[in-house]
Amino acid sequence: MQIDLFIPCFVDQMTPGVGLAVTRVLERLGHTVEFRPAQTCCGQPSFNSGYWDEARSVAIRALDVFEGAQAVVGPSGSCVAMMRVFYPQLLAGTPHETRALDLASKTFEFSEFLVEKLGVTDVGARFPHSVTYHDGCHGLRELRIQQAPRQLLRAVKDLELIECDEAESCCGFGGLFSVKFPMISTAMAEVKGGSLARTECEYIVSSDPTCQLQLDGWFSKKKMKPRTIHLAEVLAGGDA
Amino acid sequence: MSVHDATTKAALPAEAKNQFLHDAAEHVRDIDHRSFVRKALGGYYVTRDSQKAKYRDWEHARDAAALAKWSAVNRLDELLPLFVTNFEAGGGIVHFARDAQEARTIIVDLVRASNAKAIIKSKCMTTEEIHLNDALEKEGYVVVESDLGEFIQQLRGEPPYHFVFPCMHVRRGEISDLFQKHLGTEPTQSPEELTMIARRYMRQLYVDADVGITGANFLVAETGQISITENEGNARLTAALPRVHIALSGIEKVVASLADLAVLLPMLATAGTGQPMTCYNTLYSGPQKNDEPDGPREMHLVLLDNARTAILADPEQRDSLHCIRCGACLNVCPIFKNVGGFTYGTTYQGPIGSVITPHLRGLSDWNHLSSASSLCGACTDACPVRIDIHHHLLHNRRNAVRASPKRLEHIGHQLFAFVAARPWLFAAGGKLFRWSLGFLKKIRPPLLRQWLETRDLPPAPPKSFRQLWKERS
Repeated sequence: MQIDLFIPCFVDQMTPGVGLAVTRVLERLGHTVEFRPAQTCCGQPSFNSGYWDEARSVAIRALDVFEGAQAVVGPSGSCVAMMRVFYPQLLAGTPHETRALDLASKTFEFSEFLVEKLGVTDVGARFPHSVTYHDGCHGLRELRIQQAPRQLLRAVKDLELIECDEAESCCGFGGLFSVKFPMISTAMAEVKGGSLARTECEYIVSSDPTCQLQLDGWFSKKKMKPRTIHLAEVLAGGDA
Repeated sequence: MSVHDATTKAALPAEAKNQFLHDAAEHVRDIDHRSFVRKALGGYYVTRDSQKAKYRDWEHARDAAALAKWSAVNRLDELLPLFVTNFEAGGGIVHFARDAQEARTIIVDLVRASNAKAIIKSKCMTTEEIHLNDALEKEGYVVVESDLGEFIQQLRGEPPYHFVFPCMHVRRGEISDLFQKHLGTEPTQSPEELTMIARRYMRQLYVDADVGITGANFLVAETGQISITENEGNARLTAALPRVHIALSGIEKVVASLADLAVLLPMLATAGTGQPMTCYNTLYSGPQKNDEPDGPREMHLVLLDNARTAILADPEQRDSLHCIRCGACLNVCPIFKNVGGFTYGTTYQGPIGSVITPHLRGLSDWNHLSSASSLCGACTDACPVRIDIHHHLLHNRRNAVRASPKRLEHIGHQLFAFVAARPWLFAAGGKLFRWSLGFLKKIRPPLLRQWLETRDLPPAPPKSFRQLWKERS
């Protein structure tokens, strides 16, 4: 299958390894992976801030960039939710509405693509560590992804998955919210980070690089041990 | 006994926002308070989930409840007059109030006309919305809240902390001290004894009161009845014993038929408090009839608009009129749990409050509540009538920008869109950002500073994904 990568701007600039890991997993499964360098950002920062005109121009551009793609796969529940859930709302009633719905129908978050579209749960990875999974809110509630990442993790050799008691709680990132209301954002990190840390797992697995930024940032500041890792990086590892 | 009116403290534009930021910062430092509230809600999650599990299909029940409210709200022009006709056929008198001021005037006039001395009240957030107690006290009337939680808040001189659990932030010992101070009772740690103290104090007040004021949970159009949900029996006494019963309700509380209550009453209880049904659900059909031994001699219903028709005119946010004030969205909201109820400075706290307060009091002064959200969506999932709560926060943000964009912020987003449209510029900008990040962390410009105060930032990688991809192929 021909798969087009959707690399969120944050991954492009700050965590490029996540993009490479996604590529590695998909190629290992025998698919052809492409990256269209014309892509930039999904426009979520403007959309969430209320600047819909600006977000709309970014969205229309993304429709052009991914024109003709068979499947678009991105390693972020949040950015995929922007394309799948919010582009059709943003472009409703415009000449671009149909194209937005078309892109929405073929854009997938990495873990759901593997499980729901490719029907794969065992990608042949090995990760000899205890992990807990952090649900990103956009993946969980906008895209309704909850089981896919867990199914993938359970199939990883030598991996122990332990659930935390605040699995469905937000980490407090929320984009610009994290710097406009830093005290609330940090209080939320305390709650979620505390719950994740109580599992005493070596790694916190996430499908959202910006949740990782928030949690790692807080753990590091607090000199706490656990670190996050992207699901794609767990799945890319191993001796398969 | 005067209720301190924290809900009107924001008088000037920007003052509400600054107060919010100040109070939020102060509240998040109070770790004891935050964990106390979390612990209280922990018990609620357990009972709520065990009740939800008794539904054959909770999600289907949500559909049914949402449909009942949706069809009623969308037929309000037909159902409201029908309700009024049927209610008045039962001998009650309806008064229409366009806004809070009109509602206060109507109620104060009714109280005055009844030559009342003492007034007893049961729990009603709509009376909080119009600041009724203040208005009555200004006229020299003594108003006593008969709901235990509201009574405690009245003694404390505070507004409700949570619109369903008004005193959820108060510890048992504090209630004991409060009763000792105001009612002269012996200290006790027993919840039952504390309840009995309030109950003994209240009994005579019901008998002495000339006017009883209640709210309404639902207005049943086909029968003209008012449905009131409660757990203490205080609303029944408030409605039944005094000579005059005055109920205040928003016009959006209308439902078509009694059958709608079959789904709405249990869902209100389960979502709100984790109960299968609240202890008392009563339908009121009017004042005492000739052949009836008791009941109020007069029954008035004040129907309040106060921005509800404006929300009705907005198809995007019309579903916020579905709200049955169960409080489920507050109970799951990480913002509410971390900043507490008072920080909002509103009558209705939490996510639904952040959606509707801008409609009640103006978007420019209250949009900050819509911004103070990570948009996690827990509220929308919890809502028994499927209000699209967290997306309405996005709609409020957009509407606020449309009404008055902030110049600097607007330029920032225009610049962002300009760069995002040009991959070469985007790549160059990214490179510049990565290259200068170490330096930026030292000089800590605004926004980055807010991040760095409580969180670290990893070093930027030497190469972007697009560079690595190019090298790869």
